Amino acid sequence: MSNLALEVGRTLQPEAVMFWILAPLAVAAALGMLFVKKAVHSALLLAWVMITLAIFYIAQDALFLGIVQIIVYTGAVMMLFLFILMLVGVDSSDSLVENIRGQRPASIFAAIGLGGLIISLISRATLGVETIGLQDANSAGNVQAIAQELFTKYVWAFEVVSALLITAALGAMVLAHSTSTKSRTAQRDQSIARFRGASLATAAGLPGSGVYALHNAVDVPALLPDGSPAPTSISATLDARGDMLSSKPFELEAKEVEED
Amino acid sequence: MTTSTNLVYLIALPLFSAGLLLLLGRIADKWGHILATLVSASVFAIGLIEFFAMQGREGEARAATQKIFEWISVGSFQADASLLLDQLSICFVLLISGVGTLIHIYSIAYMSHDHDRRRFFAYLNLFIAAMLLLVLGDSYLNLYVGWEGVGLASYLLIGFWNQKPAYATAAKKAFVANRVGDVGLSLAIMIAFTQFGTVTFAGVKESASGASAGALTAIGAMLLLAAAGKSAQFPLQSWLGDAMAGPTPVSALIHAATMVTAGVYLITRSNFIFDASPTAQLMVVCVGAITLLFGALIGTAKDDIKKALAASTMSQIGYMILATGLGPVGYAFAIMHLLTHGFFKAGMFLGAGSVMHGMNDEVNMRRYGAIGKVMPITAATFGLGYLAILGVPPFAGFYSKDKIIETAFNAGGIEGILLGGATLLGAAITAFYMTRVIVLTFTGTKRWDENAHPHESPFLMWAPMAVLAIGSVASGFLLSSGSALVNWLQPVVNEHHEHHAEEFLPPMVVSAMALTFVAIGVAFAVLKYRTVAVVAPESVSVFTKAARKDLYQDSFNEAVFMRPGQKLTSALLTTDNKVIDGLVGAVGWIIQTSASSLRVIQNGYVRSYALIMVLGVLALVTAVWMVTL
Amino acid sequence: MEISNYIYLSALLFTIGAIGVVVRRNAIVVFMCVELMLNATNLAFVTFSRVHGNLDGQVASFFTMVVAACEVVVGLAIIVTIYRSRRSASVDDASLLKR
Repeated sequence: MSNLALEVGRTLQPEAVMFWILAPLAVAAALGMLFVKKAVHSALLLAWVMITLAIFYIAQDALFLGIVQIIVYTGAVMMLFLFILMLVGVDSSDSLVENIRGQRPASIFAAIGLGGLIISLISRATLGVETIGLQDANSAGNVQAIAQELFTKYVWAFEVVSALLITAALGAMVLAHSTSTKSRTAQRDQSIARFRGASLATAAGLPGSGVYALHNAVDVPALLPDGSPAPTSISATLDARGDMLSSKPFELEAKEVEED
Repeated sequence: MTTSTNLVYLIALPLFSAGLLLLLGRIADKWGHILATLVSASVFAIGLIEFFAMQGREGEARAATQKIFEWISVGSFQADASLLLDQLSICFVLLISGVGTLIHIYSIAYMSHDHDRRRFFAYLNLFIAAMLLLVLGDSYLNLYVGWEGVGLASYLLIGFWNQKPAYATAAKKAFVANRVGDVGLSLAIMIAFTQFGTVTFAGVKESASGASAGALTAIGAMLLLAAAGKSAQFPLQSWLGDAMAGPTPVSALIHAATMVTAGVYLITRSNFIFDASPTAQLMVVCVGAITLLFGALIGTAKDDIKKALAASTMSQIGYMILATGLGPVGYAFAIMHLLTHGFFKAGMFLGAGSVMHGMNDEVNMRRYGAIGKVMPITAATFGLGYLAILGVPPFAGFYSKDKIIETAFNAGGIEGILLGGATLLGAAITAFYMTRVIVLTFTGTKRWDENAHPHESPFLMWAPMAVLAIGSVASGFLLSSGSALVNWLQPVVNEHHEHHAEEFLPPMVVSAMALTFVAIGVAFAVLKYRTVAVVAPESVSVFTKAARKDLYQDSFNEAVFMRPGQKLTSALLTTDNKVIDGLVGAVGWIIQTSASSLRVIQNGYVRSYALIMVLGVLALVTAVWMVTL
Repeated sequence: MEISNYIYLSALLFTIGAIGVVVRRNAIVVFMCVELMLNATNLAFVTFSRVHGNLDGQVASFFTMVVAACEVVVGLAIIVTIYRSRRSASVDDASLLKR
């Protein structure tokens, strides 16, 4: 480990440069995931880690996996996460105060111990082989080579995994499906409810919006027989947004009518 | 051997009748007693037919068998439900069904006021069926079924008036005491099976000659224990006195004439075992001698007429057991005494029942007196039975009891003198207590309760008594004239023993001695009971006190068996509560305590579990790290 | 460049993900940390694939991605279901197991 920095300084290969720029960023982002309060931020940091990893894959001659990593993980899976976050509440921030006694110190102990031990083990381990590289394996192209493996050697696992995917899709549907406890109100029920209501004013239905010679739109109230506008003839939303036009310009002069 | 097809009816008829009466319930109340009596009579009729048929055959062919069904068939072991009617069985069949029928008739009148007369008759028929199975079974196993059956019937009938707790307790006592004997019988059967591989009488008889003395003695001792239980012999005699709680006809039939003699039957039937084992014979003789004196002594102090008679029964069966223990010469006399005793003792019990019937169920003889005048028939039949039990010639007891005394003397040597002396002494005491019963009950001044209005019993009651009285008079002469019974039974009990014991004393001398002893006893009783106190005197000799308390048999049982048993039980209970439950509780406590401390880990937070998992991985990696270091 | 650096990176990311699972309470964040752990192993796979000069590692990594996708789909469905009934996405609120 001690000669790592020396080595980095000595051989500034492109891959080493990329690694030493991206790896600290990935670790920082991963650590950030642990400390940010909002889940959305965690998701974004994870997306960053994943893109970093995709770059590493491509750098290690795993072009197909790198692309899949971006499309499937960063694209699909992370979007799924974001969707669910929106469903649950984007700004639901997570309290970082620990409420299980002993959880945090034990976690820190486990973290240091596990990380330290694994890294110590790796540093002492020897692979026993020189790095061969994938030039030969990828000679026909990385995608083709993986396909070769997948549909020959691993075809059985491939089929099983496809079954797993379908099962998971079905499982997700079953879990996410909610059965309503009330029956859906039909037109007939609505009609009955209107007549059973306190007032019969709306029993015949609400008036349609205004239809005029010069203006024919849903944003202008209709005029009642006495010439006054009917506010119930247009959507209350338009009124609330202030997008409702006045029907005043379309009122006929009473006298003119009489004269004609 | 002849094959018969009728034997099964002897058992099936009363069994069916009993079942019918019990199952039909109140519907059968009106005619249940008649059916039961008819069934009993028809069983007697079948018995008679078989008896005459048997007389028509000769030698080997006299014994008849019937295989009813294959009962147990396991490997080489085969036990059939088979019946065997031979010269010995037929005596019992006739006695059981004959006396049984008479007592059925008697009970119709005696129990006429009882609400549950039908149930009573059902039990009587059940008893007849079981007792006949006992004497007809061709193997120890079949006998055992009957043995248990009569135990059950006895239990049900002693506790017939089980609304009185004391009676129910008496029934239980009889049952428990019988169970002790039953254990002996079952052990005897098991030993026989392991030794001989068979449990039929014929099979055991065949193998007995070649068996080891130890095995034979063990079987004999166990059979003796069984006989002691069923026949109320020392040391299992304590239940018989209390068994008088049952209705008097029951006492007459079961606890005087038939069931209690099952022990005598068992020993006589197993003669091949006892003949081959002198040790077992000696035990039998000792038990018989002890019991005959024991029962006689108890009888001298009892004021309850039925208990006095019960003590007498115990004593008389002691005579029989003693006789069976005297070897081949004794069996026939034992059976003869059994038969004559069946007549006179049943007759006297029925007489006692008759007196009680007339005296509002009063049993205390000190409240009787001068009943002979108002109940002449009862007094006469009772008196004939009295003469028979005393052994006055020419009554039945003279022929049977004197023969036993004679045989006892003939046993030879010191043993013969001791046994003969015991039987003579027993005869004297018997004379004393029986005279006491007669004097207290039938003669003297009347000491009745004011409400008592004694009257002669109805015909249905005195007729059976009369028949039994005739039997008391004549049976002894009939059975012994020309050694009828001895010759009759000879093929069963005496096959290989033709020798005749040397006579210690001439028969005439023995009879004279016996009569002298009896006369002394009678005279003593007559003198002593010229005046009778209504309340039993308190200041009496140690011996009277002991006899009143049944010679402390119950105190002994309580001190030796009951109290230690209770102590053991409570000790076991304490052990169970403290040690066993303590251990179980400790296990529970340990688990609970450790669980409640471990429960902290189970806080329900999934993150906690995840952390534990991570720590586990950490431990694993540490292990790998240590190994590769 | 020493190729084992990728392995160190992978180990670091894996550890960080594991700690995230243990420390964070928001179920969605916990899930994201699980994804991080899976990605870390993928990096190791790809690296080893390069070391050994064959594509088996990449194929394994591919399968891991598929399984991870399945897991996310089902897991998020569970979170939605829980959220619907409990109005909370905190894993600590779903602690009925202790009672």
